[in-house]
Amino acid sequence: MATAAAQRTARPQADGAAAREPADYQRVFDAAVAADERIEPRDWMPDAYRATLVRQIAQHAHSEIIGMQPEANWITRAPSLRRKAILMAKVQDEAGHGLYLYSAAETLGTGRDELLDKLHSGRQKYSSIFNYPTLTWADVGAIGWLVDGAAITNQVPLCRCSYGPYARAMVRICKEESFHQRQGYELLLALSKGTPEQHAMAQDAVDRWWWPSLMMFGPPDDESQHSAQSMAWKIKRHSNDELRQRFVDICVPQAESLGLTLPDPDLTWNEERGHYDFGPIDWSEFWDVLKGNGPCNEQRLTQRKRAHDEGAWVREAAAAYAAKHTGGAEAAAHETTGAERA
Amino acid sequence: MTATGPATASVTAALALGDDALVLSHRLGEWAGHAPALEEEVALANIALDLLGQARVLLSLAGDEDELAYLREERAFRNLQLVEQPNGDFAHTIARQLYFSTYQHLLHAELAAGGGPFAPLAAKAVKEVAYHRDHAEQWTLRLGDGTETSHERMRRAYAALWRYTGEMFQPVEGLDVDWPALESRWLESVTEVLGRATLSVPEGPRTGAWSAGAGRQGIHTEPFGRMLAEMQHLHRSHPGASW
Repeated sequence: MATAAAQRTARPQADGAAAREPADYQRVFDAAVAADERIEPRDWMPDAYRATLVRQIAQHAHSEIIGMQPEANWITRAPSLRRKAILMAKVQDEAGHGLYLYSAAETLGTGRDELLDKLHSGRQKYSSIFNYPTLTWADVGAIGWLVDGAAITNQVPLCRCSYGPYARAMVRICKEESFHQRQGYELLLALSKGTPEQHAMAQDAVDRWWWPSLMMFGPPDDESQHSAQSMAWKIKRHSNDELRQRFVDICVPQAESLGLTLPDPDLTWNEERGHYDFGPIDWSEFWDVLKGNGPCNEQRLTQRKRAHDEGAWVREAAAAYAAKHTGGAEAAAHETTGAERA
Repeated sequence: MTATGPATASVTAALALGDDALVLSHRLGEWAGHAPALEEEVALANIALDLLGQARVLLSLAGDEDELAYLREERAFRNLQLVEQPNGDFAHTIARQLYFSTYQHLLHAELAAGGGPFAPLAAKAVKEVAYHRDHAEQWTLRLGDGTETSHERMRRAYAALWRYTGEMFQPVEGLDVDWPALESRWLESVTEVLGRATLSVPEGPRTGAWSAGAGRQGIHTEPFGRMLAEMQHLHRSHPGASW
């Protein structure tokens, strides 16, 4: 540990004097990644590494806040007070995850406003899974079990990501996601063991969410645009297909315990591989939803932009108040803005 | 239960306090995904969750929490009309929060000190509500003393909800509270916050055309029926089901 700390101290920093050649910076960065050390905000890093992280963290943050919508859709209709409390807490957690992640992106020099602007103008994406609608109460369970389950499978390895602030945010997020996954499973179990109508509602939800959940791991490895470089940088630790397989292997026995079936006739245990085989994924649907043609793309983005636009006067008021009441040069600068606005 | 308090909580009082918390929690829950900033998504959900927790304890003192929440008709709810008012813009939500949380804070402090059947709940709630009140106060200051637009929105919101504030001080059977004293402390506190926010205390009557205490008697405003229709629909669609 002492050695690692010493090396970290010796690592050139982005804002330090340019005492070394860029080639030295690159060598020290590469060595740190190779040694499984964490890259920290003030360390030098290649521009492409920074850009990849910003893109990935932003997409993740956007997914958290857009992902609030399909579940918030059921807060006002939750069928018991206990379920209502759980669902509100879960949606609140997602807002909190959004906050950690935007903060992690900020350590790379990109602020929340800029990222939100890119989300609102369609220049940055969020996970396509949230472009599917939550049609019944059971969808809340299916999202918890399958969507959060897939997210955890993707995210647990990110706790060891080479970029420190992202990795640390993920530790906390994964703990909460695991609670979300369990509540989804438990919600579906109650429905599955409930009345015939409740059981049918649970099965219908699983039928609709299963394939989109498998698509959450991204395109097959041979078509994945960013994977190889991200793995070399230890931002990503496992390939899309590996993670997808891991998820399928976890879900099959869980579906059995739930008393629900997964909508794939090809799902069979392969003794030789030690994994479940599963049927072909309809990638044309994935690309279509990604391009904006999913059932809710328009609705999700419109609601997000409306909330942001309708909240503008509140944020402006808070800034104007801070400028009036904090004093100092910075405040004076803000005050000018406030006066212009008034 | 303490030795000095009555042996059981008054059902009337448990329903009045429980319905206030339940209904306001529901309204705040409607903000999810619509708040003006991510920090407010967290804060409003936090307040909604505190209130829902209080509602569950209180309704359980009066019967089965889910039966009471999901199977009563509009006329059987005993909440104040103030808490059922639609969210409106963020200023309306904040005005509703300041009016109500100031009342709830004073009331729970008194109930906690009184040692009656509501004292254990009130002792916990008073800490939560202190935060709710602070949140509403901080936003009132920022919006009142922020921009011209925010000042005007905040002024309108406080004025619009003023007529629902008189009802809070109608005595509730089973609560041993000095209501006139509570009212004067409430007025003093709200006046002080509005003053610091460069807002004036609204003028006009503090009760609507209906007699004061209407919500407590099961007389509600039109938006409340639609709120309940949404809240109760799924539960009522599956009679006897467990969730």
